[in-house]
Amino acid sequence: MKALLNWLDDRTGYREILNDALYERIPGGARWRYVWGSTLTFTFVVQMITGVFLWMAYSPSSQTAWESVYYIQYEMQFGWLLRGVHHFTAQAMIVLLALHFMQIIIDGAYKAPREVNFWLGLILMQLVLGLSLTGYLLPWDQKGYWATKVATSLSSMVPVIGPDIQRLVVGGPSYGNHTLTRFFALHAGVLPALLIGFLALHIYVFRRHGITVKTPPKAADTTFWPDQVFKDAVACLGVLLVVLVLIFWNAPQHSSELGQLAEEGRLGDVFGADLGAPADPTENYRAARPEWYFLFLFQFLKYFSGDVEVFGAIYIPAAVMGFMFLMPFIGRWKLGHRFNVIYMTTLLIGAAVLTGVALKEDRADEKVAAAVLDAHSKSERIRELIVDRGGVDTAGAVNLLRNDPKTYGAELFAQKCATCHQFDGHDGTGEPLKIPATASDLGQFGRREWIRGMVTEPAGPKYFGATVGASYNGEPVETRFTEGEMASWVEENAESMTSEEINAVVEFLVAQGDRADNGAVNSELAAAGREFFENGNDNLTSACVDCHAIRPIGEDEELGDIGSAPLLTGYASEAWLRDFLRNPGAEHFYGDNNAMRAFDNLSDQELNLIVRWLLHNWHEPETVTEPDTVSEPDDSGE
Amino acid sequence: MTADSNPTETQETAPVPPRRSFLTKFLSVVIGGVLVVFPFATGLAFFLDPLRSRRKQGEEEVAPEFEGFIKVTELEELPVSEEPHRYKVIDDRVDAWNMFLQQPVGTVYLLRSGEQDILAFNADCPHATCPVSFDSDRKLYQCPCHNSSFHPTGDIANPDSPAARGLDRLEVKIRNDNEVWIKFQNFLPGKAEQIPVT
Repeated sequence: MKALLNWLDDRTGYREILNDALYERIPGGARWRYVWGSTLTFTFVVQMITGVFLWMAYSPSSQTAWESVYYIQYEMQFGWLLRGVHHFTAQAMIVLLALHFMQIIIDGAYKAPREVNFWLGLILMQLVLGLSLTGYLLPWDQKGYWATKVATSLSSMVPVIGPDIQRLVVGGPSYGNHTLTRFFALHAGVLPALLIGFLALHIYVFRRHGITVKTPPKAADTTFWPDQVFKDAVACLGVLLVVLVLIFWNAPQHSSELGQLAEEGRLGDVFGADLGAPADPTENYRAARPEWYFLFLFQFLKYFSGDVEVFGAIYIPAAVMGFMFLMPFIGRWKLGHRFNVIYMTTLLIGAAVLTGVALKEDRADEKVAAAVLDAHSKSERIRELIVDRGGVDTAGAVNLLRNDPKTYGAELFAQKCATCHQFDGHDGTGEPLKIPATASDLGQFGRREWIRGMVTEPAGPKYFGATVGASYNGEPVETRFTEGEMASWVEENAESMTSEEINAVVEFLVAQGDRADNGAVNSELAAAGREFFENGNDNLTSACVDCHAIRPIGEDEELGDIGSAPLLTGYASEAWLRDFLRNPGAEHFYGDNNAMRAFDNLSDQELNLIVRWLLHNWHEPETVTEPDTVSEPDDSGE
Repeated sequence: MTADSNPTETQETAPVPPRRSFLTKFLSVVIGGVLVVFPFATGLAFFLDPLRSRRKQGEEEVAPEFEGFIKVTELEELPVSEEPHRYKVIDDRVDAWNMFLQQPVGTVYLLRSGEQDILAFNADCPHATCPVSFDSDRKLYQCPCHNSSFHPTGDIANPDSPAARGLDRLEVKIRNDNEVWIKFQNFLPGKAEQIPVT
């Protein structure tokens, strides 16, 4: 063995290299304050290892980036752990960078003869920040997408070549596939390669000049191995433990179900880095914020607007950073070192204050909180949809979400319908209507209680009552419906109907819709209702069928004549509602009495989403009994 | 650990490693090992994910005796003949995060020799999974890659064939008197016996 090692040493001289590496002299003894550089190197190695493994499962394109990260996080074994380590170690790097920097400044390690190494360090800092920025986009979720979009838009403010820079970075005029491929190549190829090169130079130059010792030395000289190595190792272990704590942060609140989650391979549901809803360029995401370590720049920019914005975005940050390159020269003057220490301390405190202000402003901003909440619920919803379908199709996850009535039906209702209609007292998304409702409340449309209300109090506030304030085509509606034929009929005949008869006709109408959310139909009752619908009873002024035509479900012949009131064939079914929304003023619906706009300009997909949403027809995971999906407006934002 | 664990005894100015440093060395190596092994082991466990077998999600409900079977055609479309017919097998295909509904997942040859007698073969050559096709003139299945040929019964036809076994026969069931259902499977190539790929 020894002969072999001698042979190897003879050819490579490894012993000398090893000797140089391990027995570097540490004047004044090993110290804890020297560990920061080593922890940074350690975190970079961790990022390299975990990054290469993540690379094996990541697919950079706008239809697959989020999807592959989803697969890593939720489906692949230990994917959540791997991704968690990579994500939180990246954050740790930023903190360690600041600590290392401050230690260098305070100890005066940037002064002659170490100027070059200080500059190398500044370049390394830029590279690490570049890695953070590019990595944040890669999951292609809402927060990464919008935050990075803002950051790259700012690059267009660079004088003269700004727009070209932006186009080059984004890979075209807008965000998409080439943004991802470029960012990924930067993140996994260019920047790490540069970082390795500069880090090697950094360490080489550092070794050349040795550690900067505070004079006079406190203890006797020692060597790197083992004393300093030990301290470095303990510090790195500390960093790793912090990362693990962050990954397992949610453990206490899920302690009772951890066993079950582990068994089902669902630890990714609760541990590791967050994965928001897939990026949707069509959605105006109000909580576009950079990652916390860039938050101070974001806040700083708020104080500049219009023509001077470029100062906040480019000039001042560049000047502040450029000034750092001059520190070694300033440090030569008598008070220069003290100035540098104060400069850096002020910068850090300033950044901390700006970060604090940014967080405080966001906490006070209900819209930001709502956007964050919305993105969170969408990320949970998309998971339900993917699990149900067994995977996404080529159009990607965001398309799955866009076709989900539960998610976008509500938003469409708020946009298109809630100018007149309410949904259980709100606009569908939980917000109150902007102007008072001028039409019925459709939250329970087509359900038993709703139909009963329509039959017994059509002029009530949840039905036609709201229309008195409405106008259509410039004409006020006034009492067209509240004193219309249906309302008058009910007023005249309310006393003449027994509650059994009302139950029966409600059941008959429920049967027409054949809706899953109404449960099983009592066919005996519905048959009695059909009889009442057609023939009424001896005391009624007229029967339902005298105004409403209908072809009862399962029958071939239509009863009654079209023309005086809405056709009830298939009443409250998806087909009926689609037909109605396309043209409520059709002869077989409200005809000349109509006071509702036709939604003939909706795409089939939009119409479908609204209709399915109104009919509560969307996928729900089987095991969970879902409470009402849309709650009352939440006023918890102080 | 206190902030200062340096040996306190006076030393020469030459950097001599402290003598009582065995524990320090030992712990340094152990901790250093943990630091490197942890991210690597995490990555390795992740890398080995494909070795796990996954259960297919969103499977349609079928009668238990037809579980794993796929409908390929109907008897009406498959005449009794000496020549096999080629069919695409349509099933939901899982590709990592993607689920493609009703996609071609493979090709089979069906040979109906009697009213209810159907032979079904996977069209992948058992040698190296090249797709075989039926040569009507020679009445043989011919593989385009390494010259294997197979009889309509699936047995190897040419003695110098590199295939270790005949064409892979698939289970067939007739459902509702008319529907032809087969248990579509792929098998490991190059083995003398059929070992299903899971």
